[in-house]
Amino acid sequence: MSPVLELAGASLAFGERVVWSGVDLAVQAGEFVTVLGPNGSGKTSLLRAVLGQLHLTSGRIAVMGRPPHRGSRSVGYVPQQRIVDPATPVRARDIVRLGVDGDRWGPGHHDRRARVDELLAAVGATEYADVPVGMLSGGEQQRVRIAQALASDPAVLLCDEPLLSLDIRRQQEVTALIDTTRHATGTAVLFVTHEVNPVLPYTDCVLYLGPAGHAVGAPDVVLTSERLSKLYGTAVEVVRTQGRLLIVGDDGHVHHVEEEDE
Amino acid sequence: MLALATDVPWWQRIVDFSSYGELLPLVRNSLIAGVLLALVGGLVGVFVMQRDLAFAVHGVSELSFAGASAALLLSIDVTLGAIIGSLVAAMAIGFLGSRARDRNSIIGVLMPFGLGLGVLALALYPGRAANKFGLLTGQIVAVDDARVGAMAAITVVVVGGLLFVWRPLTFASVDPEVAAARGVPTRALSFAFMLLLGLAVAMAVQVVGALLVLSLLITPAAAATRISASPVWVPVLAVIFAEVSAIGGILLALGASVPISPYITTISFVIYLVCRWLGRRRRQHGWVRRPSAVAGAVVG
Ligand SMILES: Nc1ncnc2c1ncn2[C@@H]1O[C@H](COP(=O)(O)OP(=O)(O)O)[C@@H](O)[C@H]1O
Ligand SMILES: [Mg+2]
Repeated sequence: MSPVLELAGASLAFGERVVWSGVDLAVQAGEFVTVLGPNGSGKTSLLRAVLGQLHLTSGRIAVMGRPPHRGSRSVGYVPQQRIVDPATPVRARDIVRLGVDGDRWGPGHHDRRARVDELLAAVGATEYADVPVGMLSGGEQQRVRIAQALASDPAVLLCDEPLLSLDIRRQQEVTALIDTTRHATGTAVLFVTHEVNPVLPYTDCVLYLGPAGHAVGAPDVVLTSERLSKLYGTAVEVVRTQGRLLIVGDDGHVHHVEEEDE
Repeated sequence: MLALATDVPWWQRIVDFSSYGELLPLVRNSLIAGVLLALVGGLVGVFVMQRDLAFAVHGVSELSFAGASAALLLSIDVTLGAIIGSLVAAMAIGFLGSRARDRNSIIGVLMPFGLGLGVLALALYPGRAANKFGLLTGQIVAVDDARVGAMAAITVVVVGGLLFVWRPLTFASVDPEVAAARGVPTRALSFAFMLLLGLAVAMAVQVVGALLVLSLLITPAAAATRISASPVWVPVLAVIFAEVSAIGGILLALGASVPISPYITTISFVIYLVCRWLGRRRRQHGWVRRPSAVAGAVVG
């Protein structure tokens, strides 16, 4: 089967600064790819390249065998979380509806209610469908965003730090939901995160973007002290304890538990 | 207006229905202008709220005032002057201020400049003082047939334009990143909306005056969003509130000798207060009935 998303020798640079280079990645339908890496390693930029918003400096990228373009319905996008003002007069169902036909011009006369209800039910958001999104909790908002991203039946679902500012239980719920979704719809998932543990049980493949290179492969192969030390260019230890995985730098800093401060 | 201000007690200058029958035909044009303006103001206001552009509305209206005053001085069409002033301001804000902070400083710079220009033009204008201040604080009887025609044309353009861009504009306003990812031209839409806003402001300046434009372009939509979050009911309610304020204000002002705008602003403010109160109740009682906490915990 041909991959739904493919990068071959893909490189990205902003002026002099090379963000990543020579990335080879082939993602099959239904595959769960976890993208890890410290702040500024180009994870968000990778998603923007898949969306067709950034052009590669060299190499090739293809979604469903074709170069990515803006507005493609083959790609679903859950952006890094924004704080929604509680007074924003937009209900959960309206956010999902925008995913269905928000890109259409002119007055709409199609009734999309059934489709919107179906999407809301798929993520378990039916009971707060009519609540303004700003009044929902972080985990609830995330479910609504996932429903919105699924509205175009994407072949690839891009999630940028969807676990940020969620407590551990919500993190597990959101990752489990994305896992269920990819099995139900066959969409491939590119999941950017700082928190490696919630996604580890579902991850088929890890793309680790490090300061001194990148690595692609099964979690057990990539997430080892040896490989990560190479990617960071400094001694890094991967510790497995009580079923959890900790990545510890030589400065004693534990990665993957830090908060992003963008 | 017709009574001599000094002869009557002040309350009669505010509300006086004694000569209503004769006066009504005189304000036919004003009423039509009010209906059109309220329609445009209610709809535009929904996006002004969504895009957090209240300050921009104020800035555009000052330049619209400058344009209209200059037109008065040069004896060209006041509507045309108001439109030119508005559009220049809207384009400047649209081009230079894509980020909120840039935008606010640009508006802060433009606003006093526009107001100053307008004051200068009015000071040089030899005509009657009542005409002059009409542009700042609103006027009632100065709407002639030609101006109503111009307003109808602007209404068609603004309402038609809004209907065409409605969904992508909503998408770009409430969820800009996903909208951009889905191919919605967010920057172009932002600019296009500024132009529609400029036209709406140019219309409003001539009825309620530059200082009070916000009462029809923001207050009704702000009131509507207090009591509803539905994409259908918010614009419908905003238009209804704007119509009640505009028509109510014009009818109340009819027999009195003070300008039209205090009536419009007061009605729209009262509507806003009532909506705030209703919204607070709604918030306290929850927006929708949710199942019990236990059932909620399973899914939520
Ligand atoms: N449009 C841009 N122009 C210049 N540099 C950029 C641009 N976008 C991102 N960068 C830089 O590219 C690097 C990667 O950014 P990003 O993809 O946001 O990283 P991450 O999501 O992994 O934290 C950062 O150093 C950032 O400053
Ligand atoms: Mg990022």
